[in-house]
Amino acid sequence: MPGPFAGFKWLAVFRDWSVFAEGFVMTIALSVLALALALLLGVLFGVLGTAQWKPFRWLNRVYVEFIQNTPLVIQVFFLYHGLPHLGIMLPVFSVGMLGVGIYHGAYIAEVVRAGIQAIPRGQHEAAYSQGFSYWESMRYIILPQAKRMAYPPLTNQAVSLIKNTSVMAMVAGGDLMYHADSWASSNLYYGPAYVVTGLLYIAICFPLATYARRLERKLEVSL
Amino acid sequence: MIILEDINKHFGQLHVLKGVDLTVKSGEKVVVIGPSGSGKSTLIRCINLLEKPTSGRVEVDGVDLMASEAGVAKVRQSVGMVFQQFNLYPHMTVLENLTLAPTKLKGVSLQEATESGLAYLERVGLKEKANAYPSQLSGGQQQRVAIARALNMKPKIMLFDEPTSALDPEMIQEVLDVMIGLADEGITMVVVTHEMGFARKVADRVIFMDEGRILEEGTPEHFFTNPQNERTKLFLSRIAHV
Repeated sequence: MPGPFAGFKWLAVFRDWSVFAEGFVMTIALSVLALALALLLGVLFGVLGTAQWKPFRWLNRVYVEFIQNTPLVIQVFFLYHGLPHLGIMLPVFSVGMLGVGIYHGAYIAEVVRAGIQAIPRGQHEAAYSQGFSYWESMRYIILPQAKRMAYPPLTNQAVSLIKNTSVMAMVAGGDLMYHADSWASSNLYYGPAYVVTGLLYIAICFPLATYARRLERKLEVSL
Repeated sequence: MIILEDINKHFGQLHVLKGVDLTVKSGEKVVVIGPSGSGKSTLIRCINLLEKPTSGRVEVDGVDLMASEAGVAKVRQSVGMVFQQFNLYPHMTVLENLTLAPTKLKGVSLQEATESGLAYLERVGLKEKANAYPSQLSGGQQQRVAIARALNMKPKIMLFDEPTSALDPEMIQEVLDVMIGLADEGITMVVVTHEMGFARKVADRVIFMDEGRILEEGTPEHFFTNPQNERTKLFLSRIAHV
């Protein structure tokens, strides 16, 4: 009986490279859109988390705690299996984008909140004393500084987000993990299929992670 | 120009200002002195409502600030403030620090704000630092930039909250010199400081505060030669180098 990594199985992977390529492209597209959504939600809820008005801060807590303390898989299943019962039928790509975007939005909200709270109070006061409103002060003075501090953890969030798009394999999402899995289960060539898939994830995530580390080092120098 | 009436401020249980009245006329220089924790910083911060009084009336340039939320931001545009910790915007160059508020809040063109900004930087002796970042400057230089930043809004009133307290001794004078020059131009000034030499030279009126009350006020002449209140005498004798 041939081993799990027999040569002909590798050849099969390369023969069917377009299956993996299709999944890879889908994973990248999904990652980009989910990341955009996560950033939007993260900045919005992160800022709400630092607001003076208590209901805004509650809103931040409910979102963050609810999302961070339930598994991503359940959230995606809810969107995929649950929402149709409420008459909302989403295309699977949207399920992926919303699921992963909302999930990482909660983590990014915490990064943004921590970044804002790390800015000394005197910065807000200087802005107010010049006549800036709360939101103007946020926009021109606080967020640009918080952004610098938040870049390294944000890049790490991007890495996690890309990996977590693989949850789509569980709802036939058409992403890289799904294609690898369904291809392998049709011919049982699991070994090479998963190795190649892992390498493809590394190909996107490793450069990003390295970039994050470099940013971190640069920040240490400039502080 | 500034009218504070029966100002009370509580921080939780702490009663920091106890019914303070203060009126400052246009062009007047008022120096507020007193021991730490006397409420002098809180008082000056009530003038532009960085601290909101628990009760009382604050009127600046004819606007009742306690009554109109919208008036506050508008009035603040004409009330410059200089802080103990400078509070320059560290992600911007010196010149950008000066041009941000005039361009965003008053609709001044960037070119105009830059020209006036450079003029103010020249006045505080830092024109060559226009493109530096705050972190590249000494404390004294940062505070001079902070003054120039406030002036570039063309304020009617300047508030100084212990502007030299965070500075190394040899940098204090360069900041005081800028403030003395400013005082000669007739702008309304309220200054919280421990620099008695400055108070003596510049103040039209000196106010002594302790435990949330104004205990004595008068000309520098009166204060440094013939103070009446026992607490004032004690305070002045302790900072002997007057």
